[in-house]
Amino acid sequence: MNKRDMEYLNAYGNFHAYVPGENPRIPKKSPLSLYEKQNKNNKIVKSLEEAVRLSGLKDGMTISFHHHFRAGDYIVNMVLDTLAQMGFRNLTVAASSLTTVHAPMIEHIKNGVVTGIETSGLRGELATAISHGLMERPVVFRSHGGRASAIMEHQINIDVAFLGASSCDPFGNANGYSRSNTGKTACGSLGYAKVDANYAGKVIIITDNIVDYPNTPFGISQKLVDYIVKVDAIGNPQKIMSGATRFTKNPHDLLIAEAAAKVIFHSGYFNDGFSLQTGSGGAALAVTRFLRDYMVEHNVRASYALGGITGAMVRLHEEGLIRKLLDVQSFDLDAANSLKNNRFHAQIDANYYASPFNEGAAVNQLDIVVLSALEIDVDFNVNVLTGSDGIIRGAIGGHPDTAGGASLSIIVAPLLRGRMPTIMDRVNTIVTPGHTVDVLVTDQGVAVNPRRPEIAERLKAARLDVTTIDELKARAERVVGVPEPLPFGEKIVGVVTYRDGSVIDVIHEILDENEC
Amino acid sequence: MQLIVAGIAGTMESGDILIELEATEQEGVHIDLDSTVSNQYGKQIKRVITETLKDCGIQNVYVKAVDKGALDCTIRARVTAAAHNGSKNEDFCWE
Amino acid sequence: MERLRRTMLFVPGNNPGMLRDAHIYGADSILFDLEDSVSMGEKNAARLLVYHSLKAIQYGNCELVVRVNPLNTPYGRQDIEAVVRAGAQVIRLPKTESVQDILDMELEIERVEKEAGIPVGRTKLMAAVESALGVLNAQSICVASKRLIGIAIGAEDYCANIKTQRTKEGLELFFARNMVLNAARAAGIAALDTVFSDVEDMDGFETEVRLIKGLGFDGKSVINPRQIGPVHRIFLPTEKEITSARRVIRALREAEARGSGVVSVDGRMVDRPVVLRAQRIIQMAVASNLIVDEEEMLDE
Repeated sequence: MNKRDMEYLNAYGNFHAYVPGENPRIPKKSPLSLYEKQNKNNKIVKSLEEAVRLSGLKDGMTISFHHHFRAGDYIVNMVLDTLAQMGFRNLTVAASSLTTVHAPMIEHIKNGVVTGIETSGLRGELATAISHGLMERPVVFRSHGGRASAIMEHQINIDVAFLGASSCDPFGNANGYSRSNTGKTACGSLGYAKVDANYAGKVIIITDNIVDYPNTPFGISQKLVDYIVKVDAIGNPQKIMSGATRFTKNPHDLLIAEAAAKVIFHSGYFNDGFSLQTGSGGAALAVTRFLRDYMVEHNVRASYALGGITGAMVRLHEEGLIRKLLDVQSFDLDAANSLKNNRFHAQIDANYYASPFNEGAAVNQLDIVVLSALEIDVDFNVNVLTGSDGIIRGAIGGHPDTAGGASLSIIVAPLLRGRMPTIMDRVNTIVTPGHTVDVLVTDQGVAVNPRRPEIAERLKAARLDVTTIDELKARAERVVGVPEPLPFGEKIVGVVTYRDGSVIDVIHEILDENEC
Repeated sequence: MQLIVAGIAGTMESGDILIELEATEQEGVHIDLDSTVSNQYGKQIKRVITETLKDCGIQNVYVKAVDKGALDCTIRARVTAAAHNGSKNEDFCWE
Repeated sequence: MERLRRTMLFVPGNNPGMLRDAHIYGADSILFDLEDSVSMGEKNAARLLVYHSLKAIQYGNCELVVRVNPLNTPYGRQDIEAVVRAGAQVIRLPKTESVQDILDMELEIERVEKEAGIPVGRTKLMAAVESALGVLNAQSICVASKRLIGIAIGAEDYCANIKTQRTKEGLELFFARNMVLNAARAAGIAALDTVFSDVEDMDGFETEVRLIKGLGFDGKSVINPRQIGPVHRIFLPTEKEITSARRVIRALREAEARGSGVVSVDGRMVDRPVVLRAQRIIQMAVASNLIVDEEEMLDE
């Protein structure tokens, strides 16, 4: 370029002249073939330790994980063991969720490697230990939508994300399946991991399946990935994926599911083009089976089904009863295969799914959501996090997101679990606030939130067994009596946040048994 | 009733309670309760066991109870059955 | 009006979990079993459990039936002693073969009622015939006691007794079913069909329910809550049946208001059997929540 032209241009903006080969950020044109490039100039590093060193991880930083491998996950334990051996301390684990398989984290907490946890849920030995006061800092529980927005708004700053992937090409296009091969450990959607990849300082993909470039479609784009580590195994396929999620034969669940489908049918929201999400619990899942009959009989089709997608939803889609599937998490092999093969089955991220601050979030367009509950109280507040023994044993998941977004939120639960009543004066832990819960369906009657009198009227007109939640509670207590309160201590072991990050409840440590 | 041998009734199935009664030298009713709902219903379960034993006329006894969420009426039935079983008594009192 | 007995749910007497929730599945009757589903060593425990459950649990509108052990076993008398006092509405006598079986049972029930200060006759009876002899004596069995509200057929023992086995087609039961049904109708009591034991074979089950409905049975014994819905669905009156039944009932009301014994619809006289059938259909429709009962005055 000649100098005069450049001066002329610079009166209008900041231009600089092209110099052949000058900019080091542009990879040099290479004579290598694609095959050779993939093998030489790629993001694959030789070990996890190497990736950690390159990432610049330091004591006190925050690392993140996803839970798409569920109880089959090897990644969290593998990474924490490595970080412990490398001498890291005082790390915060920000996982989309943690499960039974993560019990080894107890040692890392005791040894000071992990001092903070952010998660949607906790189960098993780790949950029990934390409920008994294992950690100094309270665990912060967030919903899937709440986590996505907390990451976007830098309430959670992820320094390094360790993301397991069922497939990845040498440049970082990663996914929970691959159209290149079947792979060993498919998980379907990587919806929760996508947010981490977008916002983490450094992103390390850990995979057992390096496939040829380009690994399209990808759940995580190469532009977001810094390092790739190849390992022998990322998870136990049997525990990541059940076969097709089977319909329950439990007569209680069937009673509840049948009643819930009836409630939907008469609710005023069962119209052509309605949208739907169901949880994966026995009764919630079985609702689709009874709803299907109504849809066929009345020629009503759903526009989309959302959320954790199951084989049951896939079958309704394949029957032409649901037009599109929006999949943030694939619950079974049928769902994962459908995501891989079906262009009307889309992978979405947690932000698209459930962000509280995004009008367009898919949960906000929901007509109907069917959700489970461990406990519900007379003000319709729902607990899905702590068990009747006061010990953490569940996950917030998308519960408050979908209840808050959907036009009609239906909670399905048995009136009794063993001797424990499901309905109480005040749930042990509020996860979803009662003003976002519309209908409770039990195996022994239906109660409608007084905030939605029009729905109660419609159901009564259809001669459903509609009563008040107080009456349902009384029905249960006539059978089992009134339980005594649990022995909680002063120490706070968990903070439960609502979708916007505000604190909606706390979990206290559980003490040993009541003196009796 | 007098316990002649250890009296056993009930199962470990959900909703049931397994009761084992053994005569002791010690005075009174001593209950070792293992329950899935001991925090919320432990006192009530022990109260029902004690009352039922009193109705059966059994005084000095060690009770091992493994509860799987049994209702009071189930506990009453199982304790009575164990008492009859342990005292080889077939003379039931129906009211 | 005779109560509906479309479904009688079998509940093993020694299973506390099932005893607790037996009423929530919508069966018309619950049968608490002290007989075949209870092993010899558990007889005392099961009897105590059913006794305490009947006394403590509110079973709503379900009819409460207890199948006791026959009087010729060591358990029969104690069973009656316990469950009559606990408030069982119906006692089902298994393996009934003769009028004498019913009379013996009635005597025993009456004794307990008197001792317990219960109005004599409150406890009803249901006979189950499970042998060739029982089936052939069905006619006399059905009229043996005023307490009898129904007769049931027990197919497993019956088939063994006549030296055959059950089939899906049910030809081997054709005579027994018709015999029992006609004996019941002649005596004006209910007729209940036997259980269908393959819970997984819902198609086979539904075929059998259609068959016995067609033969005229009031209902069927069921062994799993999942079998209740299909029976009630198959016994559901059609919209056409309900519409025409409503017109008959309306005409009946009008005739009564006029003080006339002649019921006519569209100028045509309606016979008494048609009126009875109409009342039955309305009752089924109310029970299945198809219509609200306030509109229909059912009692004669």
